[in-house]
Amino acid sequence: MIEVKGLVKTYGNKRAVDGVSFTVRPGDILGFLGPNGAGKSTTMKMITGFIRPDAGTATVAGIDVTQDPVAVKSKIGYLPESAPAYGEMTVVEFLRFVAEVRGFRAKAAREERVERAIARTHLDPVRRQTIETLSKGYKQRVGFAQALLHEPACLVLDEPTDGLDPNQKNEVRSLIKTMAQDRAVILSTHILEEVEAICTRIILISQGKVVVDETPAAFRARKPGARLDEIFRSLTKGDV
Amino acid sequence: MSQIAPVFKREFLGYFRSPVAYVFLIVFLVASVGLAFFIGGFFRGNQASLESFFVFHPWLYLFLIPAAAMRLWAEEKRGGTVELLFTLPLTTRDAVLGKFFAAWLFLVLGLALTTPMAATVGWLGDPDWGVIVSGYLGSALLAGASLAVCILLSALTKNQVIAFVLGVLALLVLVFLGWSVFNQLLSSFLPVAAVDFIANLGFIPHFDALAKGIIDPRDLAYFGSVIALALALNIAALER
Repeated sequence: MIEVKGLVKTYGNKRAVDGVSFTVRPGDILGFLGPNGAGKSTTMKMITGFIRPDAGTATVAGIDVTQDPVAVKSKIGYLPESAPAYGEMTVVEFLRFVAEVRGFRAKAAREERVERAIARTHLDPVRRQTIETLSKGYKQRVGFAQALLHEPACLVLDEPTDGLDPNQKNEVRSLIKTMAQDRAVILSTHILEEVEAICTRIILISQGKVVVDETPAAFRARKPGARLDEIFRSLTKGDV
Repeated sequence: MSQIAPVFKREFLGYFRSPVAYVFLIVFLVASVGLAFFIGGFFRGNQASLESFFVFHPWLYLFLIPAAAMRLWAEEKRGGTVELLFTLPLTTRDAVLGKFFAAWLFLVLGLALTTPMAATVGWLGDPDWGVIVSGYLGSALLAGASLAVCILLSALTKNQVIAFVLGVLALLVLVFLGWSVFNQLLSSFLPVAAVDFIANLGFIPHFDALAKGIIDPRDLAYFGSVIALALALNIAALER
């Protein structure tokens, strides 16, 4: 479970995130929507403990990220935007490194985790390849594999399908669906159809504030017959 | 504390995953031995000592250590992997120490590859082994202090070239402060006590003592303090 309470982050004189609050329960797939620069990534970075909020807090599995960021990090699987990874390492080397930092030091436990993550994300054909030589789709899967490796209770995914082809998008969506069964998942995206396809809830953020928090069905019912991106545009007029 | 190990391992092996390690080690060996033979008059001196070898180390490290350290944080920031690293369950201190010790061990490995110089001296003459061991200790400490300063500067930028240039400048200041030529210049208009104080802030007086075989706890404390201060600032700079 992820609880976000009044998160605030200011850069210079721009308030990137302005009092964002919401709750994600196990089994929820929360679609985090908003124009570029609305504060989606910043909010995710605060939840995962990468940047410190100026005010407010987030608790993950009951642990406050401002009090004990390391404990929160051990509960979360995080896929940062564009899935950064150490390009000079092979897939297996990279996942072993993540497993070791995640506390799986004994060889047997470590290998079991790494193999399971490779199997779930279908990385077997490229396991001995260095990450910098992989295609975008495979790189994204490596990001998934590292986020899933420790079977976290919460998953935070920043634009998980960005830049993938339609087949890969479909595969990633079904992966997210199977993972979400007893986990709290937050994913950010620009693709409104994706939200309808997999999310159980929508949060729309505009100029650092939550403007919508409802089910995809309720979101669609705002303007019956209209396309989703028309609704999106009318709600985020303030953002340019 | 145990989280240092995976970072250390990844970073140390990381040098050998690219040609960087081999280029660096070859340049270090050719330059350090070449300076001793062709400029230091290693044979002409007709002495069974490594003094003409160690005397160039502060000047050699001036360029080589910024080159070895520049990527340590700048590359992580440029590639976005810093976000991955700091959303894994480890503290900034673990990451800083892991990187520092990995890079230090790499430099000490380079230094260890010069031991055939010591063997040559031992075969040709009858050197004072205590002085040679003390010289290696001094060089390793000098490398550690230079490295700590350069990693700190790498944490301030995402551009490796800037990290390199800042590193060379910082080391230049630290070397110059204790360089006898510079101190003579200072003593023409400053009282002796002031010049002594300034010289003691620099690397060379402390390194020279060790290279001559004088193991003074104050010199060890000097290098230890430089390392500790730079690493503490490094942690602060990353948590900023």
